[in-house]
Amino acid sequence: MSESKSLPTQTPNALPLKERMKILRTPMPERDAQARSRTFEEVNLGLPPADALTEASRCIECAKPGCVVQCPVGVKIKDVVALICAGDYLAAASKMREDNALPAITGRVCPQENQCEGGCVLGKKGAPVAIGNLERFIADYERESGQLGLPAIAASTGKSVAIVGSGPAGLSAAGDLIQKGHRVRVFEALHELGGVLVYGIPEFRLPKSIVKGEVDNLRRMGVEFETNVVVGKSVTIDELMRSEHFDAVFVATGAGLPVFLNVPGEHFNGVYSANEFLTRVNLMRAYQIEAYDEPVYDCRDRDVIVVGGGNTAMDAVRTARRLGARTATLVYRRSQAEMPARLEEVHHALAEGIQFRMLTNPVEFIGDEKGWLTGARCVRMELGEPDADGRRRPVAVAGSEHVLPANVVIIGVGTTANPLIQSTTPDLKTNKWNYIVANPESMRTSKPGVFAGGDIVTGGATVILAMGAGRKAAVSIHDYLTSGTWETA
Amino acid sequence: MYKIVEARSVGLNIKQFVIEAPRIARKQKPGQFLILRLHEKGERIPLTIKSSDPAAGTVTIVVQAVGKTTTLLNCFEAGESILDIVGPLGHPSEIQNYGTAVILAGSVGTAMALPTANALKQAGNHVIFIEGARSKEMVVFEDEVRQASHETYVMTDDGSYGEQGLVTMKLNGLIDAGRRLDFALAVGPVPMMRAVARITSPLSIKTMVSLNSIMVDGTGMCGGCRVLLGQQSKFACVDGPEFDASQVNFEVLMQRNTMYRDKECLSLKHFELHKREELEQIRAELAAKEQEMTRLRGELDEEEKHYV
Repeated sequence: MSESKSLPTQTPNALPLKERMKILRTPMPERDAQARSRTFEEVNLGLPPADALTEASRCIECAKPGCVVQCPVGVKIKDVVALICAGDYLAAASKMREDNALPAITGRVCPQENQCEGGCVLGKKGAPVAIGNLERFIADYERESGQLGLPAIAASTGKSVAIVGSGPAGLSAAGDLIQKGHRVRVFEALHELGGVLVYGIPEFRLPKSIVKGEVDNLRRMGVEFETNVVVGKSVTIDELMRSEHFDAVFVATGAGLPVFLNVPGEHFNGVYSANEFLTRVNLMRAYQIEAYDEPVYDCRDRDVIVVGGGNTAMDAVRTARRLGARTATLVYRRSQAEMPARLEEVHHALAEGIQFRMLTNPVEFIGDEKGWLTGARCVRMELGEPDADGRRRPVAVAGSEHVLPANVVIIGVGTTANPLIQSTTPDLKTNKWNYIVANPESMRTSKPGVFAGGDIVTGGATVILAMGAGRKAAVSIHDYLTSGTWETA
Repeated sequence: MYKIVEARSVGLNIKQFVIEAPRIARKQKPGQFLILRLHEKGERIPLTIKSSDPAAGTVTIVVQAVGKTTTLLNCFEAGESILDIVGPLGHPSEIQNYGTAVILAGSVGTAMALPTANALKQAGNHVIFIEGARSKEMVVFEDEVRQASHETYVMTDDGSYGEQGLVTMKLNGLIDAGRRLDFALAVGPVPMMRAVARITSPLSIKTMVSLNSIMVDGTGMCGGCRVLLGQQSKFACVDGPEFDASQVNFEVLMQRNTMYRDKECLSLKHFELHKREELEQIRAELAAKEQEMTRLRGELDEEEKHYV
């Protein structure tokens, strides 16, 4: 008995398969739902080392690990988990960093159920290995240990790369390119670095200090950052290349303009885009309203409705709840099964008292004579035939109109391409939605020396996909800078 | 950090700042604006750029103390720095030779209209500039206005300077006198711009107004600055800030601009009560930040020496 207990810390593979499969998935400790629904402190508290060991020991080390296949950036998860089993957390973290430059972030925000954990064979019968929680554990352990294994930097190549945007795509490309010995300068339009990681994702899901830590690491590696530069306005791509002598440019400007519903009443005071609401609260710290100057509409004891079913909508509705909303309701035109949001966020939201009104769609916003929002006129929906992307199309139910009271409505139904770069770079090819056209493998655009990746190419997607694009772009940019050839795809 | 190289009072509660911002100075065109954030806990506010000097790397802005941030900014002096400035944002004014162009500007709006007036004059227009203000001490840049125009009229509400009356009174006067007007630009308080639009739209005089809606990022990302043009929603930051006055729904603009009025009032009141302490604290924070950046720059230079 005592023998088997001491086994996992010393020899990772000693526990028999049958025994491993008996261990239940270790739950992530989290802040109490009632208490947390009024604060912005992080919900998940992180696994204690003993729990991480137990969780890692559940891995049955498949010959063909589905987790690795399903990871958009191909993290060598099996090896990482084995190193955790061996108790060498720092080695596990640096193994992780070989493929993923921002593990503390992705451990928190990746939709693991559709990726690594979705590929875990244990998930077929029981619960998959909690890969996301383990990832977060080793990244946090490494950071708190102060023994960060910053990768070696190659000798200077004399080449330089401008990266436009400091979100996940830009940061991961910067990390890879600096290691190759290129000079790297990241341009950011806002005053703070991190892109969607700081203006979009709230503190309770991804603390700002984590993002700052990753940015500081890049700075230590030699990456230069310049904030307050709107490329396309403050400087054009051509000027970066001609006047500022960058040999290559990576455009990673991310999601663009917010989409509104184009229904009557969208100009009433109290109607926000999720981007604006989250930017005010996260980037501008409106949640600390006494200390900071940027205002946000006072949600205390008011009724708040958020429209949408993705992570942004989920972030907005949980933020409204934390700002003191009397009711915080998510209105989504399909059913819960179709919601693109991360599963854990859905669970957290429900526990925090968020009301879900599925199969409901606003058709008009109603306000008082002074222009302040009072409600949303909605219709009930039902799911019809599958549409182009395979999801069943929602159809309005005749005669189902009803009014939901609301002082604040937040629209989180997606974004369209921001045109600032495209409109000032005439030789940059765009598609019919005005996203930049880039080769999915080489990330090369129609303009020699210019690469693009992340949401500005694919439209709104996930942090890890943007990071994957950044890493692919880094490989391709390095090829271009060393070979000097540009074959058009 | 963006250093203020010159700060001087140009009218009652109105101050002109020349600030080092080389990237903006190189690219700025008439009609464009910038967004600034004074300190770590400050809000982001848009301000139209009056002029820029690419060689010196400076931009000039004019600020009327209205709310907390503008009141705070107007306490800043030459030698001090502003934490963040981004720009130039928005589309530049469309400059053409229209024939006769009339500029109507209210008080601090005069500073915003000046670069466009200059450009219109250079493009060959006959420029009529009607500057309005509440009273004499708010009439600003009169000399520059006279230089930027062929005809200049100054109107004050109380008659303490120039002629008594609103800018629209003068506009009506010109129209009644049979003057042919081919183009109008109105920059100032929303009711003034609306009043201008009501006069010029029925006469089909092409009229542009520069809209001051509430903004956050200024790059189109948040949509907070959306204005209604006819039935269409437009973003003032990336689609404007100048729009065809005949299309603008001024009522919605006025209504949306009241969104945070309660909070703005409270914030200003609080600042005025604790002005000295808050100023001292912000100055200390900014000075510390400046030192930190100088130190970092030094470290980087040291590191670079290793590579050479």
